[in-house]
Amino acid sequence: MDVEERTVADQADLRERTIRVTVNGTTYERTVSVRRSLVDFVREDLELTGSHVGCEHGVCGACTVLMDGEPIRACLMLAVQADGAELTTVEGLAPLSGEDLHPVQQAFWDHHGLQCGFCTSGILLTAYDFLRDKHGATEDEIRHAISGNLCRCTGYQGIVRSIQAADQTWER
Amino acid sequence: MKPAPFDYLTPTSVDETLAVLREHEDDAKVLAGGQSLVPMLNFRLARPEVLVDINRVAGLAGIGVEDGTLRIGAMTRHRALETHLSSADGAWALLHEAVGHVGHAHIRSRGTVGGSLAHADPSAELPAAVSALGATLVVQSADGTREVAPEDFFEGFFTTSLAADELLTEIRVPAWPAGTRSSFLEVCRRRGDFAQVAVAAVVTLTDGRVTQAGVGLAGAAPGTVQARSVVDGLLGREPDAGTIAELAANFAADLDPPPDSHGPAEYRRHLARHLLVRALTKATRPAGATRASVA
Ligand code: FES
Ligand code: FES
Repeated sequence: MDVEERTVADQADLRERTIRVTVNGTTYERTVSVRRSLVDFVREDLELTGSHVGCEHGVCGACTVLMDGEPIRACLMLAVQADGAELTTVEGLAPLSGEDLHPVQQAFWDHHGLQCGFCTSGILLTAYDFLRDKHGATEDEIRHAISGNLCRCTGYQGIVRSIQAADQTWER
Repeated sequence: MKPAPFDYLTPTSVDETLAVLREHEDDAKVLAGGQSLVPMLNFRLARPEVLVDINRVAGLAGIGVEDGTLRIGAMTRHRALETHLSSADGAWALLHEAVGHVGHAHIRSRGTVGGSLAHADPSAELPAAVSALGATLVVQSADGTREVAPEDFFEGFFTTSLAADELLTEIRVPAWPAGTRSSFLEVCRRRGDFAQVAVAAVVTLTDGRVTQAGVGLAGAAPGTVQARSVVDGLLGREPDAGTIAELAANFAADLDPPPDSHGPAEYRRHLARHLLVRALTKATRPAGATRASVA
């Protein structure tokens, strides 16, 4: 196919696209503006407001989600780029209907891992990703793992303690 | 904090990408991992009319070794490079060390090797590393391919020799001889930040003398720089502590780094000098030897 033809014919609408994204096991199809960020898409189009928007330039980590299993900054991706991807947001950590929190969440509850909660969803997903393939993490390793997530409340002590506790309690 | 409107294109082949870039030239911006470009779009510091997303272009990501040369596709994610080179030694271990300093895990999941190089942040790690390693940057346009040395690619503050219709497609890192060691050292305010200063050093020793070397620095000047005078001064010599200290001091004295909110130029000169000493010491001492004093 001729290149000119393709860019014109296949991409007739250059400002809007229909995408299909699987979030926490549910597949959604939506038409979005190409300049919508992934985190805005998740919060506003899918109404999953557990992911937060802090800085919108990749500094704070409040928007952390897992895409195809890896932690990413959802403010640094366009929603259209996630077409075909699988996401996990904080809502996917524990089933909404169930009583039980995920062991990482439970540890944050038990050990004062949060105060206002703004940073918490991002930190939970970061901790989840970190602990998945790490057992017996040292405090230094934990602090390194969460160094990309800012918390303005806790001073991080409670967060570190929570992750240490989850390392013990999460059977994985 | 939302991007200005743009047309969004997703070419699927290199040829198609090159045709689109030729068509739109300066109106277009290439979107790779987006870890620097998307913030610029959000701040509206970049307002391209056309955003060319190359994440779906086939064949641009991947790492392999061919005829002893390490070939890294431009769209290879930082995390993939980090994992791939986790047991590298000698010269290529430098890339592993350097990429580990790039942002945080979240950034490295998406950020790309080619994106870091083409963005040419003067404080970025990878431009310094490929400069030290004497890598070749493969650049394509609709007219063909050119192979560019780092010193001809990095032109200064966020500036490269890439033309608007060109695409960086691959990085080729040569094999270094046996007896090569490397070191990447960085000082930054917080883990994951860009370097205040970083030094990348690769040195080959044959019978105790330096037979090949490369040194690149980030944060020490308005752009990525190579420490030519240090390399020239080392070649043929036994790299004793006195030689290293003198070469580092002379090189650093000539630097003119831009002062910023993190410190005056003098501070960066100081960091450059001492990181040079430490990195060169580490790259020239037998494994296990203790670090030289750098008072
Ligand atoms: S909102 Fe994404 S990193 Fe701050
Ligand atoms: S709990 Fe308030 S920002 Fe972390």
